[in-house]
Amino acid sequence: MKILVAVKRVVDYNVKVRINADASDVATDGVKMGINPFDENAIEAALQLKEQGKVSEIIAVSLGTNANQDVLRHALAMGADRAILVETDSKLQPLAVAKLLQVIVAQEQPGLILLGKQAIDDDAGQAGQMLAALLNYPQATFASHLQLENNELLVTREVDGGTETLALNLPAVVTADLRLNDPRFVKLPNLMMARKKQITTLNAAELGIDTASRLTLIKVAEPEARKAGMMVTSVEQLLRQLRDHEGINL
Amino acid sequence: MNVLVLAEHDGQHLNPITLQAITAAQFWQAPVHVLVAGNALDSLLDSLSDISGVAKVIRAEASHLATPLAEDIANLIVSISTDYRVILAAHSSFSRNALPRVAALLDVAMISDALEIKADQTYVRSIYAGNILTHIQSQDTRQVLTVHSSHYIAASTHGGKAQVSSISVPEAFHKTRWISTKKAQSDRPALSSAKVVVSGGRSLGSAENFEQILSPLAAKLNAAMGATRAAVDAGYAPNDLQVGQTGIVVAPELYIAVGISGAVQHTYGMKDSRIVVAINQDPDAPIFQVADYGLVADLFTAIPAITAAIQ
Repeated sequence: MKILVAVKRVVDYNVKVRINADASDVATDGVKMGINPFDENAIEAALQLKEQGKVSEIIAVSLGTNANQDVLRHALAMGADRAILVETDSKLQPLAVAKLLQVIVAQEQPGLILLGKQAIDDDAGQAGQMLAALLNYPQATFASHLQLENNELLVTREVDGGTETLALNLPAVVTADLRLNDPRFVKLPNLMMARKKQITTLNAAELGIDTASRLTLIKVAEPEARKAGMMVTSVEQLLRQLRDHEGINL
Repeated sequence: MNVLVLAEHDGQHLNPITLQAITAAQFWQAPVHVLVAGNALDSLLDSLSDISGVAKVIRAEASHLATPLAEDIANLIVSISTDYRVILAAHSSFSRNALPRVAALLDVAMISDALEIKADQTYVRSIYAGNILTHIQSQDTRQVLTVHSSHYIAASTHGGKAQVSSISVPEAFHKTRWISTKKAQSDRPALSSAKVVVSGGRSLGSAENFEQILSPLAAKLNAAMGATRAAVDAGYAPNDLQVGQTGIVVAPELYIAVGISGAVQHTYGMKDSRIVVAINQDPDAPIFQVADYGLVADLFTAIPAITAAIQ
C-alpha cells in the first residue's frame, strides 16, 4: 500500500509575521520558510506505518513554486521515498489544493492520504476534508492515534471535550494533530541522501484544474492589541482590584 | 433564500455556541432555519422552537446520526442545500470536521472562523494565529462558513415560535464506522462556555501540581480549567484543556493565567476574555502585555493564597 502525504511550505512558526509595505498582504519576502508543523506529524505517521511493515511506499506531494523543493527535500530526508511537486504561481486556496491533490490521488492510487490538520499560515483547516469529499472517501480529522489492521484504519480523533475513535475503510483521508507523534529530527547524512531521491515536477496548469481564487483578499490589518493593564504587588491588591473595580464577586 | 444553521448538541442539550451562531445568522435578514441531526430528539426539540429568531427547526432523525460522522452530516446538508444561500455553524471540532466537506461537495470556498460578517459575502477572519486580520470577499453565490461564536451574543431561548419539520435522511455512509467517544469526566463547566477559566502553563512542573494547585481555585470560582500546549505536551493536563490556536478559543469574564509565558499561539485562544489576570514569576513574560492585572509572584504560594482568600 502506498501513502500520499501532502506538505505545505509556510512561514516558519517562530517568525512574527508583518504586513507588507502597501498593506496588501502579509510580508513573506526574505522571511524564513519551512514545512507546516502539522505536516511533519503526517510524514512521521506514514513513516511509522512503513516501519511496521504495512506500507510499501511513501510519496510526499507539495503544491506551489519551485521553492517548495525545500519542504519536499525535508520530507525525503525524514524518510519519504519520492516526491511530487505540482508547480503553480497561483496562491492556492483549500478547494484548489483539494482538487489538485485529487488528480495526484487518481494517478498514484494511494491507500491512505495524510495531511496536517491545518496550515499555520491561513489557519483554514479545510483541505483534508475537502479532498475526502471530492474522492467520496472516509475521513478522520485531528488524529492523535492511528492503528492499521486488515485494511481498516482505527483513528482516535481529538474533539471538543474528549476523543472519538473511528474505523475507516481504506482508501481514506486522515489529518494529523500535533499529538499524533513526535516527528523525527532530520540528520545531515539523511539530508544528503535525500538529494538523490526523485522529485517529479508537474505543471498545475496542465492538470486541467481551475485553481482560480474564490476568496478575494480585500485588505489585511494588524489586530488591535490588547492593552497591558496594571501590575499589582500582592494577592490582596489583586483581589481588591477585581472586587472593587471589576465587579467580580470573589 | 434562507440561512441554515447547523446545530450542535449532545442529544439532550443544545450547545450554547449554536445560539451565538443563530445570532450571527440574522445578518442576512432572511429566514433562519436550524438543522438538528441526531437520534431520539424529542426532548431536545421541545426547547428549540422557542429560540428567538428561528423560523424553522429541521428535524433529521436516524439511528446512525446518534454519533454523527462528518460524512453523514455533509451528505444530509447537501441533500437540502438548494433551499439555502448561506450555511453556517459555530466554529468547533464538529463543524470544522463537517462543513469543509459540505463546501467541497457544493464546489464553493469555505470561510473558517469568521470574526465578523461585514457585508453579504464579505468577512473578517484572522490568519497566522490571530496575528493578522484579513477582510475577504467570497466570489461564490453560496456561502459556507463557521463563525467565531464568542463574538456574538446568544439568541434568546424564549419568544420564538419556529415550526418543526421532519426531513428524510440520506442513507448512512458505510465506509466509516463510529467505535467510541470518550468524554473527559468533569463536574466543572465546559471550557468553551465557562464564565471563569483558570489556566496553567509548564511552570506548574507536574501533573500532580497542576491538579493540586489549580483545582481548588477552579472549584471555588466554579471555573473551567485550561492549559497551554506546552503543559499538555508535557503531560500535565489532558489535551481537551488546551487553549490556543490549535486548541479551544475561550472568552470568559475572567481568565486567570497561571505560570503561562504568553506565546501568541496561546494568547490567540484567550485574548477576547473580559479580564485577564496573569501570575508569573518572570517579570518579562509576554503574558503581562495582554493582562489587565499582572502579579509577579511564585505561583506555588500565590495561588493557594488567592484560593484561601476567596469566599
